[in-house]
Order: sequence, then structure tokens, then C-alpha cells
Amino acid sequence: MALDDNALKIKLREWKDKQRRDDLKYLGIGAASLLAFLLFWQMAVKTGLANERTLPAPSAIFETFLDKLTDPDPDGNTLGTNIFASLQVSLSGFFAALVIGIPLGLCMGWWTYADRFLRPIFELIRPVPPIAWIPLVVVWMGVGLKAKALIIFFTTFVPCVINSYTGIRLTNQTLINVSKTFGAKNFEIFHKVGIPSAMPMVFAGVRVALGSSWSTLVAAEMLAASAGLGYMIQYGRNVARADIVIVGMLTIGLVGAFLAAMLQFVEKRFLKWKTTR
Amino acid sequence: MMRHAETEAAVADEKNGRPVKISVRNLTKRFGDLLVLDDLTFNIHANEFVCVVGPTGCGKTTFLNCLTRIYEPTSGDLLIDNASADPQKHNISFVFQEPSAFPWLTVEENLAYGLKIKRVAKGEIERRVNQILDLMGLQQFRKSYPGELSVSIEQRVIIGRSFAMRPDLLLMDEPYGQMDVKVRFYLEDEVIRLWKELGSTIVFITHNIEEAVYLAERVIILSNKPACIKEELVLDLPRPRNIAGSEFIQYRKYITDKIKWW
Repeated sequence: MALDDNALKIKLREWKDKQRRDDLKYLGIGAASLLAFLLFWQMAVKTGLANERTLPAPSAIFETFLDKLTDPDPDGNTLGTNIFASLQVSLSGFFAALVIGIPLGLCMGWWTYADRFLRPIFELIRPVPPIAWIPLVVVWMGVGLKAKALIIFFTTFVPCVINSYTGIRLTNQTLINVSKTFGAKNFEIFHKVGIPSAMPMVFAGVRVALGSSWSTLVAAEMLAASAGLGYMIQYGRNVARADIVIVGMLTIGLVGAFLAAMLQFVEKRFLKWKTTR
Repeated sequence: MMRHAETEAAVADEKNGRPVKISVRNLTKRFGDLLVLDDLTFNIHANEFVCVVGPTGCGKTTFLNCLTRIYEPTSGDLLIDNASADPQKHNISFVFQEPSAFPWLTVEENLAYGLKIKRVAKGEIERRVNQILDLMGLQQFRKSYPGELSVSIEQRVIIGRSFAMRPDLLLMDEPYGQMDVKVRFYLEDEVIRLWKELGSTIVFITHNIEEAVYLAERVIILSNKPACIKEELVLDLPRPRNIAGSEFIQYRKYITDKIKWW
């Protein structure tokens, strides 16, 4: 037995080593592609193939990025302030959508009356592009944080509702029957079977919502803003600073990726039964 | 040597001193014009092991679903201890054909699931879960999720979950339909062991006649749709039963003929 254990341990270590080597290899391939892209870009600019004024070289953009960390010019805020302002807008809209959208979708998916009652309104609102709300929202709440968060809310609300609805609709009927024969009441089945079984779909919806909350940001910050990444991009455009625009774009991309990674971490915790498969 | 008819079964059970636990009275189920169950009447005694066999599609599952009130019967009734069956009042357990462990609960949480619905005291839940974990040899998997287990272990969890309820009535709908022979034999012995140990009343539906003869004290043979009771057959073979014994084979052939010639 002891011998077997040892042999198993050695095998496990070998396997883990191989995994690590593979991981490194794939990471290397990914980095190589990125590096090649940047190199090509840099060459294109330096050889005059692209205009430096409209498409700055990666090295110049990196410089601007470092500058912006401490320098409020030209839009009046450091990069940190802009990120913070944008996060405030997008996350407040995003969380409001989660808190309202997920329970709504779950209820609509479980109770036919709720579905029939709410669906017409939802279907009517759903296809309206969030940006179309801007004029009205300005009239209602001015141009402050609340207004911008509301625009984000309209974008993120829809995937939250739809995925929660679909998720709970897909609940395995056998599991519902098991609970019924044990004598569970409908509400108990809803929260003990319906909700957990909908969770993977709900998380998929949240992931979509997070993505769209971040990508509607620029549109939301077209409302009179004094800080924010969207605002920074707008400003960079007005003063014809392509490097500022690109730094804004990249920062949106990076922060978005970071948020997505955080969400994935939470999801892994929450759906342990799914991911340990 | 073959004894038929309900009266004889009743006589046999009066001798054993087992009272009537479940009483099915004129159970009829229609879906629109389609008559599925036609006037079924029979009794099941406390601690009895009954198998229900019948041709495929004869309405066996509908029959079970009426017993658990997933479907309301069109007419007739099912009485448990002389009261109309009600899952919220009575303790009914059901092992379904499909794997039905909750994937988001660990093995021990799955075992405790029904007990929590019945609001059993915490200490008692813990005691019973532990007992089942021991009986089914699941201790080493108690923290695992069903997705990490093989199908046969998952099925053991499901069967354990039903037995943990100490049900008034345990219904099993072809629980071993998707298992290979080895696992099936093993789980059949398991179910007999649990039945003897815990004294449950079991209705076991199967289309596998050998399985029915191996398990049952009494076999109820259903006819083709619309299902009515074709015959009841008391099997008084000693246990463990020898599937190659001549009496065993005789019973098996007899039931097979009954199902074949409708």
C-alpha cells in the first residue's frame, strides 16, 4: 500500500510538472502573438507607413500612459481619477441591474402569472437601444452620476433578466418531482431547487452584463461629464490627441478584463459543484 | 404450488400480523380520451415488498405518479393508514428512473434534503445521514458532489436519500434500468438489506421479470394499456434467492407468459 502511494505521488508530481510546462508554453505563444502585433505596429509607424499624428506608436502610447498616471493634462484628471469615476458609474448601474433583474427573471421563470404580467412590458423595453434613453434620462435626472448609472442599468438589466428566466426554466423536472414527493411547497422548491439550478445561467448573464456595462460607458459619459474614461476619450478627440484616445481605450479594456477575472473568481467559489467536475 | 389472488395474500399477511398500510381504491387515470389506468384496487401491507411488472408503456410510471400525487387520479383514491395520501402529510419517498441527485449538494446534503423538508430535528438528521452513509458505504464520499461520482454511486446516494426518510411508502421506478448486470445485482441485494434493516414498505416498478422475482414478496402484474391488475402472485421463496433455481425459473416463466399473452 505504502509503495503504491509513493508511486502515485511520483506520478502526480510528474503530471503536475507537465501541466506547468504546458501552461508556460501556451503563455509563451500568447505573449509572442501580442509582441509580434506591437512590433508590426511600431514598425509601421516608424517607417512612415502610418501617420504618427493619427496612429501613435506603441512606445509613445506607453509614455502617455505613464504620464497620465500623475499628469492631469489635457482633460484635467489623472488616469486614476478617471478610472474611479468610470467604475463608480458602471458598477452602480451594474449592481442595480443585478439586484432588480435577477430576482425579476427568476420570478418570471417560475410563476406563470408573473411571466404573463411582466413579459409584455419587458419585451417592449428590451429592443430599445440604451443610448436612445439618453435624452429622457437627462430630462429626468440631469447629467449626474444617477443619470449615467441609469443608462448603464438599461443595458445590463436585459441579460440579467433573460438569463435568470431561461436558467430557472431549464430546471430538471425530475428534481422538482423529488421535492414534491418529499412534500415541499412550491416556494420551498423555488428556492431550494429552482434558484440553485439556475445559477450557472445567471452567472453567464452577469458576465454578459458586466461586459456590456463597461462597453456602454463611453456612451453614458457623452452626457456632460467632468471625469471618466469615456470623458477622457471624448476630450482626447476634441484636442486631436490620438494617444489619449488610445490610452483611454486600452484602460477600458484592461479594467474590463480585470473585472471579468474577478467575476470568474467569485463564480468558481459559488459554483464549486460545477467547476470541480 | 403457486398461490394467486389477493384473498390469499391477505390471509398470508394476517398470519404474519402485518396490518394494511396502503390501500388503493378503484384508481383510474385518464388523459383526455386516453384511459391509462383502469380501476386498480389492491392493498399493500406494512413492511411488504411489492413489485409491479407489466408490458412497456402500459402505464407503470403513470401509476406511480398517481401514488405520489404528481398526477391527480381521475377517480379513485390512494389511502395511507386510512387517510387520503398527501405528500405534505405522509412520508412518501420516490426513487426516479433518471438520476435525481441534486448536483449542487454534496452527498451528505443530498441525504439530508428530504429530512430538512420534513423539518426533522437537526440531531436526528445527522444521526440518520450517518447511518445511511455507513449502510451504503458512502462515508468516504460524504463531501463529494454527484458530478464527481460514478452513476452507480450516485444511484446509491439517491436510494439512501429515500431510505433516510423512513418512508411510509417507498416507490421505486425502474431504479436500476440503466445499470449493468453486476451493479444491478449488487444494488438489488442492497435494497433488500435496507428493507429488512429499516422495515420500509416498498413498491418497486420494473420491466425486468428476473429482478421482480428476485426482490418481491408479491408481484402485481399489470395488463397492457389501459392497465388493470391481471394477477397478483405471492412469491414465498427463501432468501437469498437463487436465480438459477428451478422454482425461481418457474415463477419467472409464469410471469413472462402472463405479460406476453394479453
